[in-house]
Amino acid sequence: MTTKLPAKDVVIIGLGWTGSILAHELTEAGLDVIAIERGPWRNTATNFAPNYAQDELRYRIRHELFLQPAQTTFTFRNKMDQGALPIRNWGAFMPPNGVGGGGVHWNAETWRFLPSDFVLRSHLTQRYGSKFLPQDMTIQDWGVTYDELEPHYDRFEYLCGTSGTAGNLNGQIQAGGNPFEGPRSRPYPTPAQQQPFSHALFGKAAAELGYKPFPQPSGNLSQAYTNPLNVRMGPCTYCGFCEWFGCGNYSKASPQTTLLPVLLRKANFEARDLCEVTRINTDSTGKRATGVTFVDASGNEFEQPADLVILSAFTIFNVQLLLLSKIGTPYDPVSNKGVIGRNFTHQTISDVESFFDKSKFIFNPFIASGSIGMCIDEFNGDNFDHGPHGFVGGGYMGQVQTNGRPIQTAPIPPGTPKWGAKWKDAVRDNYLSALKPGTGVHGSMYSYRDVYVDLDPTYRDRFNRPLARITMDFHDNEIRQNAFLTDKFAEIFHAMGAQQVNKIYRKAPYDVTDYQTTHLCGGAIMGTDPRTSAVNRYSQSWDVTNLFVMGASNFPQNAGYNPTGTVAALAFWSAQAIRSRYIKNPGPLVHT
Amino acid sequence: MPPPSRRDVLLGTAFVLIGDAAAKAGVLRGQLPWHPNAGSPPQAVTQAGWLFFTADEAAAVEALADRIIPPDPTTPGGKDAGCAVYIDRQLIGSFGTSSGLYSSPPFVTGSPQHGPQTAVPPAVVYRKSLAALDRYCRAHGGNPFAQMPSDQQDQLLSGLEAGSVELEGSNGKSFFGMLLKNVQEGFFADPIYGGNKDMCGWKMIGYPGAHYDYRDWVGRHNERYPHPPVSIAGRPEWTPKAT
Repeated sequence: MTTKLPAKDVVIIGLGWTGSILAHELTEAGLDVIAIERGPWRNTATNFAPNYAQDELRYRIRHELFLQPAQTTFTFRNKMDQGALPIRNWGAFMPPNGVGGGGVHWNAETWRFLPSDFVLRSHLTQRYGSKFLPQDMTIQDWGVTYDELEPHYDRFEYLCGTSGTAGNLNGQIQAGGNPFEGPRSRPYPTPAQQQPFSHALFGKAAAELGYKPFPQPSGNLSQAYTNPLNVRMGPCTYCGFCEWFGCGNYSKASPQTTLLPVLLRKANFEARDLCEVTRINTDSTGKRATGVTFVDASGNEFEQPADLVILSAFTIFNVQLLLLSKIGTPYDPVSNKGVIGRNFTHQTISDVESFFDKSKFIFNPFIASGSIGMCIDEFNGDNFDHGPHGFVGGGYMGQVQTNGRPIQTAPIPPGTPKWGAKWKDAVRDNYLSALKPGTGVHGSMYSYRDVYVDLDPTYRDRFNRPLARITMDFHDNEIRQNAFLTDKFAEIFHAMGAQQVNKIYRKAPYDVTDYQTTHLCGGAIMGTDPRTSAVNRYSQSWDVTNLFVMGASNFPQNAGYNPTGTVAALAFWSAQAIRSRYIKNPGPLVHT
Repeated sequence: MPPPSRRDVLLGTAFVLIGDAAAKAGVLRGQLPWHPNAGSPPQAVTQAGWLFFTADEAAAVEALADRIIPPDPTTPGGKDAGCAVYIDRQLIGSFGTSSGLYSSPPFVTGSPQHGPQTAVPPAVVYRKSLAALDRYCRAHGGNPFAQMPSDQQDQLLSGLEAGSVELEGSNGKSFFGMLLKNVQEGFFADPIYGGNKDMCGWKMIGYPGAHYDYRDWVGRHNERYPHPPVSIAGRPEWTPKAT
């Protein structure tokens, strides 16, 4: 039996970063909003208090804050002619769960994409000619530009108190910042974090090699901060427990530390936790959403009618829910038609481990934050001439090592046995004097015709719904990009004085057991043409105009940066369009 | 893992408890949800004895741990560090039963990049593999693993690692991979989980453990951090000795 709840103006599916932002904006506009969250409520004092948050086994190895695969997972295969098998335990990426979503356990690396990233196909075609791109590469322009998003990047950074050094203030290049970034309208709200030894040494060596190193923009704050909503955050203590962990200090920007204390006190907002939306309901025409159906933790089913539906779950769950709700045409890679599931991407990352003379270098790798480090952007996006190299794309690179937690971070030189006395000696000898940035090379992954999401024919979730199926492999363009970047990256560690440098290139096939960020993107992409995009430039569904789809599922391809800054900027941009135009005149915001 | 708190049981496995009156979704409105003294601290291993292993299994795992991490003059080996105790407690928890993992059939062998596709949880892997290892050792020399000379133990482990030693009814290579990972976890995880006794793993490498504030040291480049490690449970000297 389904209990029908009183209608609301807005129902929000998923209360992570984008759900919280939309809830805040739409309640400000006076709408009555409910958010439905699959996972639990979480807060600092209860779930990651500083007297037990720093627990590598519990949170990093056993994944306590994440979705459990038993609850739901995906299937995976490399190629269209292979069978897909379920991801039974997480590896390549870590889907979030619970209020705050990935904002609870992210590293808080808060980047903006390059202006050229938003007009990628036209930019690259103009510079190199259309034949320069691989034939099966399906990159697109976004339909929204950097200049349009700039005020919204700014809003997110000031909400979070982001710590950084501006590189481009209103077109004026600033010393010490990223000279390649798009113009920003004002400085970061707080100065950059302090840099520990290895991170500073990387910056010095990079500068000596002629690069322009700058501190990674950080949502772990360099100083106490009060945001525009009057929510207060504390300074980061460099404890080295960010990604995979909740912050016990109120120092890491998350919905909990920036928005929820205001949002939850509003009379026109409520949230339900431990409730999973099973479908978006549409009327008989299929062109209008009537609300959602969800099931609570006790198995009770509810219908929540609403005039406006915001789909703000994690990337691939957005795609799955659209497919299960039969909204939009499923993508078919054979005919290259349809939109839901197309242009799915991840990130092309690699690492370099380096080993220094222990009598001269003590790095104390445990002193870090999740978005620490000096970076260079010379090899990101189209910041360099790709003509001689025969590939497109790139990424930032940096000594961005976030921790020295020893189960995961005890580097030993290549060739060392994996156990026994020699292993033990190597761990002891190298722990303080070896570097392992983690995702040191943070490269783009562009989109391809045969990399996509659909519904699995075999495996099902606990509601007997088909799991989402990922078909993904690395293409030659990304492999060559990574080899080029990894070699450049390694040169900097040599210049720092490393005795031994171990380059760990990214190679095909894509391996679902090897962690390579949680930056899954695409599948419900934005664009200017309903035949090749699921949503318009305001993230509004082309097919069901009272449905807006948030998050990285909107990205037509992934850039060489962490996605959250852009995800949040798009959410504010979309919210502004809903507030200023849609509420007064519900209907399509873009006419074709 | 420690036995989860009530709230965690609700959160992580709520769907298993459908119909259970304890598993309730909540409505959040009006204020931040808050309960006095709420928290979900981990539960430390305090009880003595083996909870999963038999005495013979425990002897074998301690001997295995001591070859994976041999004792040396300054740092204990895997046995005295408590790595077998750590594994014993992990195997009675959610790790041992794979309770959080996706377990719907069909189980089909795929490529390495598909990830593990086994229906057999770690607790069963350990039980079967330790029995198979024991049979192997008795058939090749007559003694159980724990009583073999260390050079023979190393030879056997190298064979398992390389896949050249095959165990009957168990994949010796993948068991060795799991064992290796678990022993090293036990050596470096917080001592509350039964291994890393007296923070010996952390002292060996100079890791300060559960310190939460390095603001005084972030700007002190290339200087050794001066303070001894601390566990989530503090330091032994902080705890009054029982009289």
